[in-house]
Amino acid sequence: MPLIELAAIERRFLLGDTTVRALTGLDLRIDAGEYVAVMGPSGSGKSTLLNLLGLLDRPNEGSYRLEGRDVTTLSPDELAGVRSRRIGFVFQSFHLVPRLSAAENIALPMTLAGIPLPERRQRVARALQDFGLANRADHKPDQLSGGQRQRVAIARATIMQPALILADEPTGNLDRHTGDEVVNLLETLNAGGVTLIVVTHDQGMGARARRQLVMEDGHLQYDSGQNAHARR
Amino acid sequence: MRAADILRFARDAAAGYPMRTSLSVLAMSIGVAAVVVLTALGDGARRYVVGQFSSLGTNLVIVLPGRSGTGGFNPANAITSTPRDLTVDDAASLRRLPGARRIAPLAVGTSEISYGGKLREVMVAGATAEFIPIRNFELAQGLGLPDEDWNRGSPVAVIGAKIHEELFGNAPAIGRLVRVGDRRLRVVGVLKPIGQGLGMNTDELVIIPVSLAQAMFDSNTLFRIMIEASSREAIPATKEQVTAMLKQRHRGEEDVTVITQDAVLATFDKLLGALTLGVAGIAAISLAVAGILVMNVMLVAVTQRTGEIGLLKALGASARTIRLAFLAEAAMLSAVGALLGYLLGQLGAFALRQFFPVFPAYPPDWAVIAALGTALATGLLFGVMPARRAARLDPVQALMKR
Ligand SMILES: Nc1ncnc2c1ncn2[C@@H]1O[C@H](COP(=O)(O)OP(=O)(O)O)[C@@H](O)[C@H]1O
Ligand SMILES: [Mg+2]
Repeated sequence: MPLIELAAIERRFLLGDTTVRALTGLDLRIDAGEYVAVMGPSGSGKSTLLNLLGLLDRPNEGSYRLEGRDVTTLSPDELAGVRSRRIGFVFQSFHLVPRLSAAENIALPMTLAGIPLPERRQRVARALQDFGLANRADHKPDQLSGGQRQRVAIARATIMQPALILADEPTGNLDRHTGDEVVNLLETLNAGGVTLIVVTHDQGMGARARRQLVMEDGHLQYDSGQNAHARR
Repeated sequence: MRAADILRFARDAAAGYPMRTSLSVLAMSIGVAAVVVLTALGDGARRYVVGQFSSLGTNLVIVLPGRSGTGGFNPANAITSTPRDLTVDDAASLRRLPGARRIAPLAVGTSEISYGGKLREVMVAGATAEFIPIRNFELAQGLGLPDEDWNRGSPVAVIGAKIHEELFGNAPAIGRLVRVGDRRLRVVGVLKPIGQGLGMNTDELVIIPVSLAQAMFDSNTLFRIMIEASSREAIPATKEQVTAMLKQRHRGEEDVTVITQDAVLATFDKLLGALTLGVAGIAAISLAVAGILVMNVMLVAVTQRTGEIGLLKALGASARTIRLAFLAEAAMLSAVGALLGYLLGQLGAFALRQFFPVFPAYPPDWAVIAALGTALATGLLFGVMPARRAARLDPVQALMKR
C-alpha cells in the first residue's frame, strides 16, 4: 500500500521578482516501510520536498495523498493533528528546547497532544532506556554531546509511534562515528516497520538506503526504485 | 495540550529568560505598588481629616461673626460694612431652640498665666460649662466650668495638661490660685493631654468663663458660638433655626455665618476622595505602561523563540496551543508582577504608618482590586497580539530561524 503519493507537484518561491521553482513536475510514490535516501546538490529542493512530505509546507500545484487521504485540502489544525500522530521529524541542528531536560524534550510531542502524565512518564522511561539515555534524563541539551542530542531528537520523533520519519541531514552536525550510530538507530527503527526518508549529502550513507532519490533543480533526476516499481 | 501543561510550559519559558522576565515583572509590580501606596496616602489623608473633624465634636453647628462670601450678594450687607457683634446674649437666645442640645459661646485671646513665680503665655478660651462636653474634651482631674449665669462668671479656670505640668510639675493644682492676665483664678480642673489636632491644642489652653474673658480682652464679640444639635438628622433644621433667630435679633440682617460640621466634613471627604481617585488614575497610567512593556517583552520572546515555535508546530502543536502558551506566559508575568507589587505596596503603606503613626495610610479595597484587575487585564490584553503573531508563524520559515 502506498504511504505517500505525489503527483505533478509544483512548489514555487517568489524571491524579489524572480520565481524559484524549488519543486517542479514531481511524481513520487513511497510505500509503507520503505527506507529512502534523498540526495542531490545543495539547492536542488531536497528540504522543500521533505517539508512538503512533513505537511509543514503546501505545494502550489499537484496532489499529495498520505495514507490514501488527500492532505492538500486540510486546514492548518488538521495538518497539525496529522503531524502529531503520523510524522516524526529529525533535524540537522537537533532543535531541542534548551530549557527542557532530555526527558521533557522527548515527552514534548505527547505533552502537546494532551496525553496524560502517567502514560507520558512510562513511555519516556522506555524511550530513554531504548535510546541509551537512561542516565541523561534530567540533563539539559547543553549538557549533552551531539550524538546524545540527536538520540534525544530521534526518541522525540518516535515517541508518538509515527508511520513516517523524516530526517533532514541528521548527521550533518555529527562526526563520522556518532553519525554512523545515529544512522544505525534510524535503520533499526525502519527495521521495526517505520517508513524512513533521509536527506543526505553523504554518498556512503545514501548507499545504505534501499532506495535512492537524486534531486536536481527541483526535478527527480534519478530514482533507484523506479525500475522496481515498474517491474511490479 | 492540557491546561496544567500549558501553565508549566509557560512558567519554564518565563524562567528560561530571567532578565526579560524580571524586567516586566518589575515594571508591573512598580505600577501596582504605586497605585497601592498612592491611594493609601490619599485615603489616609482623607481619613485623617475626617477623623480630625469628628474629634471637634458631634453634630456641630458653628456660628461665626460676619458674612462669609458664600450665599450670594445680599443688599443688606452692602450697606452695613461692619458686622454687628456676636454677643453672649445672642448665644443665650439660642438655648431656646428645639434642635439645640448644648450651646457654648466662645471668646478667645492670648494672655499670661503665672503661678509660684513661673510665668508663660497662654491661649485663653472664654466659654461656658457645656463647651467641654461639646468639644469632647476630657478632664484628667477636677471639674469643668460651673453651670452658672453666663454674664457673671466665677473666678475659676480649667487648665491644659502642658500648662499644668509646666506650672505645677507633680504638685496638685486643683484649688490653687493662678494669675491669668490681671485676675486671680482658682484652678478647678485639668484637661487630659491630647496633643496637636485640628483646631486648638488644648494642652496649652486655659478655659475660663466667657464673661471673664470678654472683660479681660475688653471685647463684646464672640469668636464662635458652638451648638450641638440633638441628632444628626436635626442638623439642617437647627442650622435654619439658628440663622433665623440671629437674623431676627440683628434686625433682619444676616450678618453671621452658620456652618455645619457635616457640610465641611462632606466637602473634605469628597475633595480628598476625588484626590485619591485622581492619584490612583495617575498611578494606573504606569500600569498601562507596564502592560505595553509586557507586550514588547512578549514580542521579543516570539522573535527570540521563533525556532522553538516552528519546532512546536512540526511536533503537532495547534495554533490554539501556541496562542495559549504565549498568553499564559504574559498572564503569568503580569500576575506575578501584580502580586509582587501588591506586597511591595502594602509594605510601603506599612512603612508610612510606621513613620507617621497618626496617618492611617491604608490602601482602600477598591484601589487594590482595581490595581490587581488592571494589571491582569492589561497583561492579558497586551499579550494577545504577540500570542497571535506566534500562532500565525509559518512553520518552515520559523524552523529555519535559529
Ligand atoms: N522560503 C523560501 N523562499 C525563497 N526561496 C526558497 C525558500 N525555500 C527554498 N527556496 C529555494 O528553493 C530551492 C530549493 O531549496 P532547498 O529545498 O532548501 O534545497 P536543498 O535542501 O536541496 O539544499 C533553493 O533554490 C532555495 O533557494
Ligand atoms: Mg536542505
